[in-house]
Amino acid sequence: MAKSSVAAIDWITVLLFLLLVGFGWGNIYSASYEGEAFSLFDFSHAYVKQAYWILLSIILIIIIQAIEAKFYERFAGLIYVLSILSLLGLFVFGKTISGATSWYAFGPVGLQPSEFAKACTALALAKYLSDMQTNINLLGHQVRAFLIIALPAILIIPQPDPGSALVYAAFFFPLYREGLAAIYLIVGVSAATLFILTLLFKPLWVVLAIAAIMVFILIRNRKQKPKYSRYLLTIIVVTGFCFSVNYIFNNVFEQRHRDRFNIVLGKEVDSKGIGYNTNQSQIAIGSGSWTGKGWKEGTQTKGGFVPEQHTDYIFSTVGEEWGFLGATMVIILFILLLVRLINLAERQKSQFSRVYGYSVVGILFIHFAINIGMVTGLLPTIGIPLPFFSYGGSGLWGFTILLFIFIKLDANRVNEW
Amino acid sequence: MRKLLLYLIIITTGLVFVSRLFYLQIYNTSFASLSEDNAVKVIYDYPQRGAIYDRNGRLLVTNQPSYDVMVIPRELKSFDTLEFCSILKISKDKLIKRLNKARVYSPRVPSIIIPQLTKDEYAYLQEKMRKFEGFYIQKRSLRDYQTVHAANVLGYIGEVNDALIKKDPYYLSGDLIGIDGVEKQYEKELRGIKGVKRIQKDRFNRDIGPYKDGKFDTLPVNGKDLTITIDAKLQAYGQRLMKNKRGGIVALEPSTGEILAMVTAPTYKPELLVGRKRSPNFTKLVYDTIANPLFDRGIIGEYPPGSPFKTINALIALQEGVIDTKESVSCRMGYYYGRRGQKLGCHFHKSPLSMIPGIAHSCNAYFATAYRRIIEKYDTPQEGIDVWRNHVQSFGLGKYLGNDLATGKRGKVPNSDYYNKVYQYPTYKWYATATLSNAIGQGEVLSTPIQLANMTAAIANRGYYYTPHIIKAIDGKPIENENYTKPKITTIDPSHFEPVIEGMHQVYTNGTASFLQVKGIDICGKTGTAENFTKINGVKTQLTDHSVFIAFAPKDNPKIALAVFVENGYWGARYAGRIASLMIEKHLTDSISRTDLEDWILTHSLEEEYAKPYSGQPFKINQ
Repeated sequence: MAKSSVAAIDWITVLLFLLLVGFGWGNIYSASYEGEAFSLFDFSHAYVKQAYWILLSIILIIIIQAIEAKFYERFAGLIYVLSILSLLGLFVFGKTISGATSWYAFGPVGLQPSEFAKACTALALAKYLSDMQTNINLLGHQVRAFLIIALPAILIIPQPDPGSALVYAAFFFPLYREGLAAIYLIVGVSAATLFILTLLFKPLWVVLAIAAIMVFILIRNRKQKPKYSRYLLTIIVVTGFCFSVNYIFNNVFEQRHRDRFNIVLGKEVDSKGIGYNTNQSQIAIGSGSWTGKGWKEGTQTKGGFVPEQHTDYIFSTVGEEWGFLGATMVIILFILLLVRLINLAERQKSQFSRVYGYSVVGILFIHFAINIGMVTGLLPTIGIPLPFFSYGGSGLWGFTILLFIFIKLDANRVNEW
Repeated sequence: MRKLLLYLIIITTGLVFVSRLFYLQIYNTSFASLSEDNAVKVIYDYPQRGAIYDRNGRLLVTNQPSYDVMVIPRELKSFDTLEFCSILKISKDKLIKRLNKARVYSPRVPSIIIPQLTKDEYAYLQEKMRKFEGFYIQKRSLRDYQTVHAANVLGYIGEVNDALIKKDPYYLSGDLIGIDGVEKQYEKELRGIKGVKRIQKDRFNRDIGPYKDGKFDTLPVNGKDLTITIDAKLQAYGQRLMKNKRGGIVALEPSTGEILAMVTAPTYKPELLVGRKRSPNFTKLVYDTIANPLFDRGIIGEYPPGSPFKTINALIALQEGVIDTKESVSCRMGYYYGRRGQKLGCHFHKSPLSMIPGIAHSCNAYFATAYRRIIEKYDTPQEGIDVWRNHVQSFGLGKYLGNDLATGKRGKVPNSDYYNKVYQYPTYKWYATATLSNAIGQGEVLSTPIQLANMTAAIANRGYYYTPHIIKAIDGKPIENENYTKPKITTIDPSHFEPVIEGMHQVYTNGTASFLQVKGIDICGKTGTAENFTKINGVKTQLTDHSVFIAFAPKDNPKIALAVFVENGYWGARYAGRIASLMIEKHLTDSISRTDLEDWILTHSLEEEYAKPYSGQPFKINQ
């Protein structure tokens, strides 16, 4: 590792990373300790294991920084293929933990390839988009880019881990940054809006409302010779979409998925059964008030009322024990990190680095938004971890690799032509 | 624009999250208590309620263990219901009903199935308990009365009601609280302070240790033992004498204001209001509206005081200087006044009489004269009445005594406003004679037996009294409350008391109570025969007079002052006087030489008299 590249490392990002990981570990400790004396050799406790994962991730960081930056671009394709193979291998060698076949077991240690696949996919997409031959505005190239993104997602869904698959939507951000037509954004947002409206109201009412709006627009624009066929096509598509959403929701979704949506949309209230997680999580956060109950003093945390509190629901510990101030600080740290990363991505000279940077921001953002949205009861229960915070070795390593490859690329930008 | 989109989304998301956190953590305050409910179990450690001793250290009230049969419905296994029901003397239907109720309440939380087993039932059930899984026995503490007397003094405890729970956060549903008597008045001292333990629970409702390492836990503070001023022996004797009569006796120690005995009749045994039979017994007592055993006649029965009140008028007349002890007043079987020759009747006795024999023979004419002069000394009768009332009230009459009894009544001493209203002043005028019945303690004047006893104590002390009180010591430490240790001075000069006391002495030596003398004891007393009325079917009907008596003894350095009321006992010396003499002798000598009086009292009942107004037949009074 050249001395100049160490100096070129963006230490602000590293500092934010360390703060998040350190504070995260403190909360994991609080959520998983059961009154025993602290010992670094008792591997039955989550916080001990996480401490080793963190220490090992530092080694990982050093290795990543030691490798030549060009390596990541050159071997992106190979890395991607290996990653796909590791996901495929799960169908044969996978170990099932709490219902999901997402793990390779190496003795007591489990590794979750889907956590690493995100970084690999980001490399592959960056490689493809930065290729001189690629034009993102050609449909064929769009399909290829889409396949690169979709392949790992499709392999992850049947594990089943739909939450992790959903994260691949994050790649929309680099695509859009690189010039993907805005129509995709409009269609995507419209589809999401229609989806929610259809669940809240009957599909027929949604279709009628859309039709009414379109008739209104049509009448206003009648002097400019509107293209009636477009209007007709839109309404047909909307109708088809709404009714198929209704059909899929009622016939394809399982009851537990329906429940999750219904609880967030306020159509069902059940704080004991299916809404238990969300309810307890909100109680934990809500009882924190301004400054929280203090580290290791959270009654919800101590009593283990919030399931999966040291993993996906770790933010509820922050809310309970550190209060509004602590929780807001975590939000601010994440926002600072994300904004910093966009700035870094924007200053890249190579398209590869920029696409990769945007992918990192997208992936971290989607995790952040869905996780905290879920824990605070704004979104349905979608089980994905909070980056750097949640307990889990694969997750931590996956995010560390994802982030530090970008830091390496950024540090190397001076050497780019 | 393409560059800005992601910034925008990220910042917006951050703002949404912060506002969501603000809503959850700051704006909505309900989560804090929800998390407490969730995770902290509060266990109370109830201290032993303090014991109550009488003035001689005799234990009156203590605690006894009681046993509730509890059930945790979830842990119930099938069991022999027939055997269970027969042990606990409960019908099968009732058992099933209660089990269902418990299950509906909560399958995991214990509910009471049968409260307050007796020791015998408990001992028997204990042997068989292993057969009935899901049931267990919980020990509680109940009151244990070592006396069958003084229920009205001691009071009782019961479950606290919802209104009080709201008012005083110390109490929780199911807590016991003193409801009457000393138990109520000294609740705070007796109950102690319950200890609190907060237990951290996990999501399976298992205990996982003390909450915050016991930072908020407190230890229970035991209740304090009380020593009350009652002499249990005297109290018991008083209750024995009052058998088959209605009324009250209040005996005080003049030099301290301590209540030696406070008898009401009819009464009940304190043990009736303990344990499983409390509820039916209480109902029975409450619904007895004729005998009214829960009504403490000694402290809340308001009666016309009758002739004992004359002593006060004598004192006021002396103080106001309207009569001296030498002047004699003639009595022609009554006092004649007004233009139309109205008459306040009197009984047959020598005439004329001066003050001392006037008291001894209870001459109405003498006191009508004295009273009228008091009122007419002033320019207007209004002024006169108010001056007179002020003197009367200085003896604790017509106002709350401010004592430490759970209940009390003010009694009544009318003032000028009262008469102005009644006689529609100034449209019509009224004069001293319109209030003349005040002279002999009839008419508008009302007092409770304890007020009369206190008045007697003030006379015995020659001009001051201590507020009557029931508490003597708390945890062995004598009380220091100034309200009870500082004398209240009357408006009458001490020098005026001697002639009145001499008159009261002569009541015994040659007056209306001369047959009640006790050898070796100088008793001073005053008889009273109080007219009284009731309404039968809306018609005001006169009943047999109340027998009233006040007395103190010995004449010098008095040890006891008392007032006795016997409803419809006819003349003063007949019932009340006999009882007073016996009580005094009992208290001073701890023996009874006048067994003839005792026999008479114990063998005479007034039940027949009390039945008269309810018989529906015409009846004669004062037979």
